[in-house]
Amino acid sequence: MFDNLSNRLEGIITKVRGKGRLTEADVDDVMKEIRTALLEADVNVTVVRSVCNRIREHAIGATRSKALDPGQQVVKAVNDELTRALGGETLSITYADKPPTVILMAGLQGSGKTTNSAKLANWFKSQGRNPIMIGSDLQRPAAVEQLRTLGRQIDVPVFSDPEDPILTAADGLEEAKRLGRDVVIVDTAGRLSIDAQMMEQVRLISGAVNPDYTFLVIDAMTGQDAVQTAEAFHNTLQIDGVIMSKMDGDARGGAALSVKEVIGRPIAFASTGEKIDEFEQFHPDRMASRILGMGDMLTLIEQAEKAFTEDQAEAAAAKLMEGQFTLDDFLEQMQALKKMGPLGGLMGMMPGMPKELKDAKIDDDDLKPVEAIITSMTPEERVFPNIIQGTRRARIAAGSGTTVADVNRLVKQFGEMQKMMKKMGMAGKPGKKGGKKGKKGKGSRAMPKGLPAGFDLEQAGIDISGLPGAPGMPGMPGLPR
Amino acid sequence: MGIEIIFLILAVLVVAFGIGVVVLNRRRQGVQPEQRPPARPLQPRPGGGSTLVDERPPTTTPGALVPDELVDEPPPIEEPPAGTLRERLAKARSTFAGAISGVLGRATITEESFEDLEEALLRADIGVGIADELLSVLRAKVKAKEITEPAGLLDALDAEMKERLAGADRSLNFETLDDGGTNVWMFVGVNGVGKTTTIGKLTKQQVDAGRTVLLAAGDTFRAAAAEQLTTWAERSDVEIVRGAEGADPSSVVFDGVEKAASKGIDVVMADTAGRLHTKSNLMDELGKVRRVAEKGAGKVTETLLVIDATTGQNGLIQAREFGEVTDVTGVVLTKLDGSAKGGIVFAIETELGIPVKLVGIGETIGDLIDFDSDEFVSALLER
Repeated sequence: MFDNLSNRLEGIITKVRGKGRLTEADVDDVMKEIRTALLEADVNVTVVRSVCNRIREHAIGATRSKALDPGQQVVKAVNDELTRALGGETLSITYADKPPTVILMAGLQGSGKTTNSAKLANWFKSQGRNPIMIGSDLQRPAAVEQLRTLGRQIDVPVFSDPEDPILTAADGLEEAKRLGRDVVIVDTAGRLSIDAQMMEQVRLISGAVNPDYTFLVIDAMTGQDAVQTAEAFHNTLQIDGVIMSKMDGDARGGAALSVKEVIGRPIAFASTGEKIDEFEQFHPDRMASRILGMGDMLTLIEQAEKAFTEDQAEAAAAKLMEGQFTLDDFLEQMQALKKMGPLGGLMGMMPGMPKELKDAKIDDDDLKPVEAIITSMTPEERVFPNIIQGTRRARIAAGSGTTVADVNRLVKQFGEMQKMMKKMGMAGKPGKKGGKKGKKGKGSRAMPKGLPAGFDLEQAGIDISGLPGAPGMPGMPGLPR
Repeated sequence: MGIEIIFLILAVLVVAFGIGVVVLNRRRQGVQPEQRPPARPLQPRPGGGSTLVDERPPTTTPGALVPDELVDEPPPIEEPPAGTLRERLAKARSTFAGAISGVLGRATITEESFEDLEEALLRADIGVGIADELLSVLRAKVKAKEITEPAGLLDALDAEMKERLAGADRSLNFETLDDGGTNVWMFVGVNGVGKTTTIGKLTKQQVDAGRTVLLAAGDTFRAAAAEQLTTWAERSDVEIVRGAEGADPSSVVFDGVEKAASKGIDVVMADTAGRLHTKSNLMDELGKVRRVAEKGAGKVTETLLVIDATTGQNGLIQAREFGEVTDVTGVVLTKLDGSAKGGIVFAIETELGIPVKLVGIGETIGDLIDFDSDEFVSALLER
């Protein structure tokens, strides 16, 4: 969702990263762009000002220091500020010593409280808890009915009493204790932060259930008002965390940044789709990387982990780095990639991807000619594509229903890709083999065999900050950009 | 699509995956240990809900749900309080006069005056592009000595903004159809902006004005959406056509149109499920609803895009995308009675030429009023 912001920042950073020294004028330009980018992303004006001032201090410092590339310093300053502003770490739920753990949901009308109550209940279920939901929204017609329907879908009981929202909350808590449910989620009516009467009502509901966590649900599309709303709710209820809803849209979600900055409470969860399980804990570090054009590499990896088996992944990565990657491997990877989801979506998550590629609308059907060409090759040709000459070309083209020129292009590009991979592999050679021993967890097991521990991405020409000009695959010649 | 580009994209993805493994390992091995403990289990989450990029097919399965639609509902029918939009919004406005009074507090026009004005415009969600544009008009006037006093600056801004919103046709389009067909007013928008509530309020007003109305519960997706609309139908004592949950919304709207036409009903208000404009399949579905609504004895004479006043810059994109698939004829700005000023509709109207027709400013049934651009600008620049 922060795509456009990252594109814009990429543009700015390209301007300064090559320079040995930043002039005052450069800094002014950079700051103006950063400011506009943040404002267009709906970051609150006041927050933009303070963030920009802090970045500016670092950037000015950059003009005086020759120790570091000033471009790098600006990148670092922006990254530090955004990460800091988004919150350092993921909020982890501490369950009440004496169950149940009570969660209160609050927010404006239409922000997504009811839906997210159910998503949160579902999330607690996945953590092995036994939630119950209380419908205290007696304002909107059919709100409780909506909650009950959702409750049935996820097999979570719903308590509500049409008489009074405060009594409903209190009685619901008793009911939860009686049923031995260990998490209670109280859904409340949406209300405007300036509606004194309704704010008093939610304060009383809060008093009746004494929540362990009060979550404010905020729509990712919210503009400047996010700050006023968050402040008002925080003053009334002491917000513990924020749930960002509708994060699957293309809103840049500056509200996330503003709210964290203003009330000092973390974004706890993000709702990322319409399905009930499209809900996850918020990872500020990922989001900051994404703003900076890192792409959401971690999300991509997790998706990859689902699609590829570990062994496959290790073998592929190792071959890749050693430059022994054949067209067969390529075909296999390509098929696995297809399992990860539409290619367009994957491209969007890639760091520093040129805009032309990001925007290219690719249908999975477009892959068919590539598949056809490779499958029309003999096993030998797939390992040594160099032998594909004259008649072989014609045969492959005929077999795959493509043209000789298509076959040529594919073979040529594959050659270039191999060359580049070899180069990367060489750069990493001096290190020792293998990941660190003794570490549990999938992370280290997924470490490709044969990949040197000291492998330095920057040295290999791979800029992990995902900056333009290094679109994840530097040195790849002749690419259309 | 050339083979070249496809191959390139594949290559990038394949390589990126390799690099990704490396990056991930570096991170997990202590680059940021405090943030990413290596022991963090990385099993795919239950249900696979970890993607930030949603490319899934339309989710009309029972296991799916839509974010919360509209919310606080008015107690039944009450008379709207008298007064102008500006007066009625006074309580929301008082908290924000800061930047504007800053302008007036200075003896002369300085660079800070412009900064204050910019801040006021940005805080109202006007957007940085339009704010720059408006300010450059003012700067030119100051340079030409047309404006010399701080108060003149505000007056000029006020006049410039009103001028840009002047002249639009904001009436709701109702046609007398020759063949006894019915007018269809469609309501579209993202989730939770207030489509269903707007229909409820507008229905009551149309009925009071002497028109006959039928509601078509085209939101077959969100749990209990049809129940919510039914409550509204009861409040105005009008008929409602519903489908089963998960039914094809086009067929529900079509049935509504047929029924209305057969009974000689004037207007069908077609509710639709909230959808994010980024979901192309759901947007296609909306296009289909609009086409099918005209298959029988109906004509879509209004397609109203409902926008929540708290919406930021994304609102412009929403208007563009919804406009493309449904030919939006007007905007309804809801929840303007909160602390948000809804400046994004200024951008929508001036950049896309879609007039704002109605404003929601409260919870009672009478709190849906005609949009008055002068009042809106005055409220936005309240000093």
